[in-house]
Amino acid sequence: MPNSLFEEKLNSSEFLVTTEIGPPKGVDVSEMVHHIDLLKDKVDAINVTDGQSSVMRFPSLGGCLLVKERGGEPILQVTCRDRNRLALQADLLLACSRGIGNVLCLTGDSIDVGDHKEAKPVFDADSVQLLRMIRTMESGTDMAGNELKGAPKFCIGASVHPEADFIEPQLIKFDKKVAAGAQFFQTQGIFDLGSLRRFMQYASQFDVKILAGIIVLASARMARYMNENVPGIMVSQPIIDELASVEKGKGLQKGIEIAAGLIRTIREEKLCHGVHIMAVGNEGIVPEILEEAEVISAHPKAQ
Amino acid sequence: MISPYERVLILGCGTCMTVCDAGGEREVSFLHSALRVAQAKSGNGTHTFSEYTLKRQCDPEFLDALGDKIADVDTVLSLGCGIGVQAVAERFPDLPVLPGVNTSFMGMANELGVWDERCAACGDCRLEETAGICPITRCTKGILNGPCAGTKNGKCEANKDMDCAWVLIYKRLERLKQLEKMRRYYPLRNFRAIPRPKRITSKTSVDVGEDNA
Repeated sequence: MPNSLFEEKLNSSEFLVTTEIGPPKGVDVSEMVHHIDLLKDKVDAINVTDGQSSVMRFPSLGGCLLVKERGGEPILQVTCRDRNRLALQADLLLACSRGIGNVLCLTGDSIDVGDHKEAKPVFDADSVQLLRMIRTMESGTDMAGNELKGAPKFCIGASVHPEADFIEPQLIKFDKKVAAGAQFFQTQGIFDLGSLRRFMQYASQFDVKILAGIIVLASARMARYMNENVPGIMVSQPIIDELASVEKGKGLQKGIEIAAGLIRTIREEKLCHGVHIMAVGNEGIVPEILEEAEVISAHPKAQ
Repeated sequence: MISPYERVLILGCGTCMTVCDAGGEREVSFLHSALRVAQAKSGNGTHTFSEYTLKRQCDPEFLDALGDKIADVDTVLSLGCGIGVQAVAERFPDLPVLPGVNTSFMGMANELGVWDERCAACGDCRLEETAGICPITRCTKGILNGPCAGTKNGKCEANKDMDCAWVLIYKRLERLKQLEKMRRYYPLRNFRAIPRPKRITSKTSVDVGEDNA
């Protein structure tokens, strides 16, 4: 019995499409709800980010509840940055009890890159330990060995960085995440399909699904800023040059074109099992990317 | 900090604080002169300063030597580490003690005038498994199962001048042909390995020694 709709699709041979929504800084969730409604029938699941880049925002758990409420399939992003093992487990119990069946387990960005730099970093767990924490809870006990009244069930995933400039230690960590029970991986942003191909040569030995992370860039300036400031992002020079070549105001259109091109190639050449689209503040353009990538017409997601 | 007190004893420490150029005899003397000059310039000072440096501030035995030095002072401005300040306070319950140094970490001198943190004194030592490089101290997240995705050019996402501890650990384990240590899974840490505040009692071994003698 799959633990979620998304897990059911993971077990199929479908080309998977997930995306993510960054919740607002404040209680006005209208834009987030608008994006959920826009995307819920066009993708297989929607991630809600957990204070990405260590910026304080409306929580992932709250965003996932809204995704559920609107009839979408949520993936709860959980980072270890702000919560110790008590809080992590408590949130997971709540998530499962409200029908949130998918969790993406992340260590979390450093507090230093965010907007509350003076806060205490927690990191009581790391991503591998979080994956194992969930599997332990599923077996019916908490991390102290106490019995749970009703054990949760989840489909769990993690992240991997195929474009890391020093890949070997990243692959060791990837192995540990697989061994810890990760069923799917959303990669960090892919800009060079060569690195994805190389990574898949390695990853294909494991029975896990790999979704290539596609970051939609809106300008060369944004790409350079992300390279400097956003952990785990390395936009390649050819892509920066391509973005810089268009006239002002046409950057996002170019970014959509680049993202759609990557997705189309990944799908046509079956480089991996799907894509995870990160539109970083431009969530509204995801349907356009899917149309341009011919994912929607090729594979209608509407149920 | 010293304004409520007239007679101030500037108290150095002859051990670690001397080695770290942070609170030995030399720094005590510098601070003494600086405070006198500052007072003379402002023209409205009422403080009198004295100075003394103990061999060690963190040991009750050495603190006894302080007895007559504090008889006629209103406060001690300790240039000891946080332990020294507290040891003086514990030993002299009626004497206000002020921290003259903001104790930051336990480190080593990598080059002249540069100190780098190396140990968090966590009581849960991992150095055997990490090729002698501490991930708890040197990884900004203190994680145990390998690098996060934020490492770039061998540096940390939190600080581009800081080496990624896990890149260092990987390279050294590889060199020592011990990469299997990194492939192992390390479970959640036990933060009660030694509960806070920590105490180590070595009386047993001392007793054994006396019996043998």
